[in-house]
Amino acid sequence: MKNEKKAHLLRFLERNKRFDGRKLDEFRKIEVQTGISRNAEGSALVKFGETMIMAGVKMSVEKPYPDTPEEGNLMVGAELSPIASPEFESGPPGAEAVELARVIDRGIRESKAIDTKQLCLEKGEKVWNTAIDLVTINASGNLIDAGALAALAAIKDTKLPKYEDKQIDYKKRTDKQLPIKKLPIAVTVYKVGPYMIVDPDAEEEEVAETRLTVTSSEGKISALQKGNEYPLTIEEVEKMITIGLEKAKELQKHIR
Amino acid sequence: MRKDGRKLEETRPITAKAGVIKNADGSAMFQIGDTIAYAAVYGPRELYPKFLQDPTKGVLRCKYNMMPFSGSGERVKPGPSRRSVEISLVTEKALLPVLNLEEFPNAVVDVFIELPQTDAGTRCAGICAAAIALADAGIAMRDLVSAVSVGKVNEQIMVDLNYDEESTEGEVADIPVAFMPKTDKITLLQMDGEITKEELVKALEMGKIACKEIYEIQKATLKEKYSGESDEE
Repeated sequence: MKNEKKAHLLRFLERNKRFDGRKLDEFRKIEVQTGISRNAEGSALVKFGETMIMAGVKMSVEKPYPDTPEEGNLMVGAELSPIASPEFESGPPGAEAVELARVIDRGIRESKAIDTKQLCLEKGEKVWNTAIDLVTINASGNLIDAGALAALAAIKDTKLPKYEDKQIDYKKRTDKQLPIKKLPIAVTVYKVGPYMIVDPDAEEEEVAETRLTVTSSEGKISALQKGNEYPLTIEEVEKMITIGLEKAKELQKHIR
Repeated sequence: MRKDGRKLEETRPITAKAGVIKNADGSAMFQIGDTIAYAAVYGPRELYPKFLQDPTKGVLRCKYNMMPFSGSGERVKPGPSRRSVEISLVTEKALLPVLNLEEFPNAVVDVFIELPQTDAGTRCAGICAAAIALADAGIAMRDLVSAVSVGKVNEQIMVDLNYDEESTEGEVADIPVAFMPKTDKITLLQMDGEITKEELVKALEMGKIACKEIYEIQKATLKEKYSGESDEE
């Protein structure tokens, strides 16, 4: 079945086409909607074609990590909710969900997208904790890129709650935004036979041999993740990074 | 008059849409005031592990989940809590009476409910969304299920308490209730707070009428989807 599907896709890719008529390096229609959950300090719904994923930010005040006493904390979580696919099951996050969260976490953390130094309230004692949570609504391929974009849109949308007398008042939101320095965009390049494609739908994703997620901002790479077991040559990696950097410019336009 | 300008018997504004999740066999979004619920139905499909199968009828499984960022206070820890497990259970029991699961021996019908934004009345919104999703999945139903919370705040009996009302200091009774609108039978009834028998009956009568209105919205939502689809195909 899978082999037949792959052979069929390869015949399309040979003619520089996808099943849905897209070019190899073409994304599906992208929609970004912010402020989708008023209880979150920031939130977004991102659609890549039929793929839908939500991201929300909750702020809290916590003790900093011992090795970074003057920096705010950051946490990214992801749930592959069974609402989103017949393949997803209830239960604690599986390896796939953990990978999704960690790839997005690294992209934001390592690019220093959020200037966490500005989120210190009291050195060694109290810092802002930024918790970004992703929940899939409809999983139809390329959750990493859609999730990373949703996370960015949500942190851009965030307004800090009021903090007074060592207490957060979640009902009162200030105008203060998160100190965002960079916009790390994740672009995952998939390899099918000799071809490289971006933003696969569920069918294409299933038959792709391997993938490389390239997270970058302004041409600088901040995180990489190779997926699946199929090996890559250095030349292929180079080609994938080139595509990843190029497409990132396009995706960035969706974040305001 | 209530703080937000509603009459005692008035629900918050409701919007609903069927077929919002493409992967699901049936799905719906149901928003009442600031509470938003998504529901998806997967199945009937084979139930694993096999020892859970019932050769005489299908099994209904519901999972209610608040998204980590959906609450008005602190982040909600992901994963099941005692609260969400109980709500999943009563949701299941609220929906079961309208289903004909004898048609699907050894199978399971999964209903997943996710809440991205909450402002009280979440289990009722979840049930309303789930009922639309089940119908959207083409599963035979004797009736829909419509749900709303009723209660008593500041000595007044009212429908569809919002978070503000529910968390009013003093005596508050919060009573989520679900009806099968065709027969006016109750399939969900819970309560916390304090209320007299007379007040409770009055509240349930108000809930019954509100559920009729919700029922009309649920039906219209399904009709809208299916009339729209025939144009497309």
